[in-house]
Amino acid sequence: MHPNFASRLPFTSSSSMSLLSVENLTRSFGTTRALSGASLSIARGEIVALMGANGAGKSTLVKILSGVLSADDGEVTIDGRPFAPRTPAQAAARGIVTVHQSTDLVGAPGLTVADVLLLNRFADRSQPIFVSRGAIRVQAKAMLDAAGFELPLDRDFADLGAADRQLVAIARALSNKADMLILDEPTASLSIGESQRLFEILLRLRAQGLAVLYISHRTADLQAIADRALVMRGGRVVGAFERPIDFSAAIETMIGRKLEAARPDVGAQNGRVIFEMANIKLLATSTPFDLSIREGEVVAITGVLGAGKSRLLSAIFGTGTLASGTMALDGQPYQPNGPAAAIAAGIVMAAEDRHHSSLMPPSWPGNSVAATISLPHLSKWYPQGFLWGNRETREAEQAIKRLRIKTSGPDASIWTLSGGNQQKTVLARWEAEPSRLLLLDEPFQGVDVGARQDIIEAIRGRSDRATLIATSDPEEAFEVADRILVIDHHSVRPAQVHEDKPAAEGIPA
Amino acid sequence: MSSIQDETIGETPSPQGTGPFLSRVAAVIRSGAVFLLLIALVIGFTAAQPAFININNLMSILQAVSVVAILGAGVTVTLAVGGFDLSIGAVAASSVMAASYAMIVLGLDAFATVPLVLAFGALIGLLNAFVIVRLKVPDLLATLSMMFLLSGLQLIPTAGRSISAGLILPDGSTASGLYDPRFLLIGRYSIAGTVPVAVVLMILVALVLYVLTERTRIGRLLFATGGNEVATRLAGASTTRLKTLAYVISGTLASLGGIIVAARVGRGDVSSGGSLLMDAVAASLIGFTVMGLRRPNVLGTIVGAVFVGVLLNGLTMLNAPYYTQDFVKGAVLAGALALTYGLGRTNP
Repeated sequence: MHPNFASRLPFTSSSSMSLLSVENLTRSFGTTRALSGASLSIARGEIVALMGANGAGKSTLVKILSGVLSADDGEVTIDGRPFAPRTPAQAAARGIVTVHQSTDLVGAPGLTVADVLLLNRFADRSQPIFVSRGAIRVQAKAMLDAAGFELPLDRDFADLGAADRQLVAIARALSNKADMLILDEPTASLSIGESQRLFEILLRLRAQGLAVLYISHRTADLQAIADRALVMRGGRVVGAFERPIDFSAAIETMIGRKLEAARPDVGAQNGRVIFEMANIKLLATSTPFDLSIREGEVVAITGVLGAGKSRLLSAIFGTGTLASGTMALDGQPYQPNGPAAAIAAGIVMAAEDRHHSSLMPPSWPGNSVAATISLPHLSKWYPQGFLWGNRETREAEQAIKRLRIKTSGPDASIWTLSGGNQQKTVLARWEAEPSRLLLLDEPFQGVDVGARQDIIEAIRGRSDRATLIATSDPEEAFEVADRILVIDHHSVRPAQVHEDKPAAEGIPA
Repeated sequence: MSSIQDETIGETPSPQGTGPFLSRVAAVIRSGAVFLLLIALVIGFTAAQPAFININNLMSILQAVSVVAILGAGVTVTLAVGGFDLSIGAVAASSVMAASYAMIVLGLDAFATVPLVLAFGALIGLLNAFVIVRLKVPDLLATLSMMFLLSGLQLIPTAGRSISAGLILPDGSTASGLYDPRFLLIGRYSIAGTVPVAVVLMILVALVLYVLTERTRIGRLLFATGGNEVATRLAGASTTRLKTLAYVISGTLASLGGIIVAARVGRGDVSSGGSLLMDAVAASLIGFTVMGLRRPNVLGTIVGAVFVGVLLNGLTMLNAPYYTQDFVKGAVLAGALALTYGLGRTNP
C-alpha cells in the first residue's frame, strides 16, 4: 500500500557516523522467507524503534544481530567492519547486546542481584576462584554507578520485579562496553511508572552515545523516546519515519492497508447481549472496565504481550481469577470455578499455544484428529463410558469437510498436520458442540495465510454464539472482527475505529 | 518461530504411513519383537529341555509371574497419568503383613481379610494421590517416601517379627488366630488341577484394566492426563480425580498382589516382596516395546512379565545359577528399551 516509502525515504540514519549497518539481509526457513533483503542502519546516540506485525521478520532480524541465527545472505557491519556473530557471546564482544522480553533467564533464584550482575565475569575467568561477598558488592556497585541507576544489591534475584530484572540485564550489558542495546518489547510487562523510569535511563544512555534498537508496538512508548521508527513487513524494512513520527502512517505501513474497522455496523450490533462484564479489575491496581458481547458478534481484543489478554480470557474461562467485578452469561450471574464449570455453562476456550494447551504428544493415545476433537465431549458422546461405536469418527469427518482440514482422515495423527490444520482441528473441537461464547487466544499462531482465511470464515460463519478473540497482531484483529477492543496495562478500552483518522494510541497493536 | 516447528512436525512421517517396504518390515519386526522372541525362547527351551513345555511347568511360570504382572498393571496405570508409583512393592509387602495380622492376631476369616487388605491398598493409593495432587510433591518423591513409611510401618505392630501361627505379641500374649484355609486357596488352589487361582486373577486384572485403559472414556482421559495435563484440564476434565483414580487402582492392585503372596507363603514374612517393585517396573517398561506402542499399555506389561518369567524359568531348567537372574532381567530391560527408543528413532 505504501510502495513509495521505500524509494522516498532512506532507512539509514541521517548521521554519516553509522554504528551498525545492515544491507540486504536475507534468511529463509525451508520455503518461508523470514527476511528478504532487509536494510537499515543505526548511529551512536540514537534510539530507533522497530515496528512490524507478527511474521514481519523482526525477531529473525534480532536473532541474526544477536548471534542466535546466521543470515543466508547480506552484509552487516559495525563501524565499517563486517559483523557475523555465531553466538550471543560473540555479538556481545563486538558491543551488541540484546535484552529479551523474558528476563527470567538473566539470573537465577538464589543469587543476589550483585551475583547476577557479575555472572558473566565469573564465567569468563577474569575473577579469582575465591571471591568475597564484599568484593562482589563493590564491583556490582561500580557497575550500577557507571550505568547510573540503583538496584537493591543484596536482594535475591527471584524477588526482583520484571522492571528491575531488565535493568540488571541492561547494567550488565553496559558494563561489557556495549555500543548498542537491542530491547525486545521491554515495556510489555512493566507498569506505567516502571516504563517511565526505563525511558529516563534510556534517554540518559543515549546522551552518552549508546545506540538503541527498540522493538515495540506500543505507540505511547515509541512517542516518548524514539528518534526514528523503522517499519518491517514481509521480511524487509518498508518504511522509515523521522521525528515527529506519524504513527498512524507507521501502523498503516505496518499492516499494509488503511486503518478501518473490518466490518463496521453489521447486524451483530443488534443482537442480544450474551456476555457481560462489569467493573472488572484484572489486577488489584488496574483501571476498572466494562465489556459486553452480543450474539453473533466477533470481538477481537488486541494489545501487547503482557497487557492482560490471556489474563482476561482465563478469568472468563475460570482458570484465572478477577481482582474484582462481576460477569453475567445470558443475564445470569456467571462465576466459574474452573474449565469444567465454564464449559458446562457454554463458554469454551481454545487457549494460546495449541501444542501446550490442546494436543496430545505423538504416539500417545488421543493424538488422532478424531480424538483431538472429541476430548472435551467424551462423556456426552459416550454416555455409557465405553468407546464403542463411531461417534467421534463421524464428528471428525464432518469437521474435516466443513473446515477443509487437510488430513488423510480422522485416524491420522494430529502431528502429521500443518500448523494451520492443527489449529482448524482445535477449532473443530470447540465447534463440535453448541456453545454460547467461544474464546480464542492467539488462534492464528503459526497458521499460514490460506488456513487463516478458512478459520476466519468458520469463526464468522456462526451467528448462534459470540466469539472473543485475543490477538497481539492488529492485522489479524482487523481481518476477523466486527469490533476491536484494545487492552493495555490490564484494562480494556474500545479502539476508535469509526473515526476517519484513528487516534494512534488507540491502536498500540 | 512456531511456523518452523510446524513445518518440521508436518514432515515427520506418520507411524501408520505408507513408507517404503523396508521401513514397514522394520515396523513389523519392532512391534512383534517381544512376541517373536517369546516364541523363539519357548521353542529353544523346549528343544533343550522337553519338560519345559509341560502344561504344569507353563502354569507354574504364569503363577510365578502373576504377582509381578498384577503390580506391573498398576504401575502402568500410574505411568498413563504421567506419574510413577514406587510404593507398590512396599504396599504388597505390608499387605502380606496386614493379611497375616488380620487372621492370626485379629482372628478374622478370609471373607473379612481380603476386603480389609484391598481397602488398605486403596487407602495407601488415596494417600499417595493426596500428597501428589494436593501437596504437589513430585510423584517419585511422594511414593518413595510412602515406600519407606510402609516398610517401616509393617514392622511396628509385631515389633519386627514375622507373623505366623503362635506369634508372641509385643505385650507378651500369644496370638490365637490361624491362617484361614480358604484364604490359602487363593495362592495354592488350581482350578481343575491345572490353572492356579493366581493366574485366573492375573488374567482378570489384565482384561479389566485393558478394557478400562484402552476402551473406555476414563482410560482415554487417564492417558490424556499423562499426555498433556494442561490440555486435559482445559478440556474440562478433573485431572486431580483422574490421578487419584490411577493411584488408588495401583495401590489396590499392589495389595491384591500382597494377598496372593500371603496365600502362597502362608505366613507374614517381614522380608517378603523384596524385588517386586523393580520387577513390576521392568515389566511395564518392557511393555512399551510390545506391539511397538512406545507407551505404557496393560497388555504389554503382562506380556513383559511373562517374557521375563519364561526366560528365568528356562534358564533355571538349564541349570543357570540363581544369582544370574537379576543380570538377565537387566539385560532384557535394557534390550527392550533400546529396541523401543533406539530403533524407533532411526525408523520413525
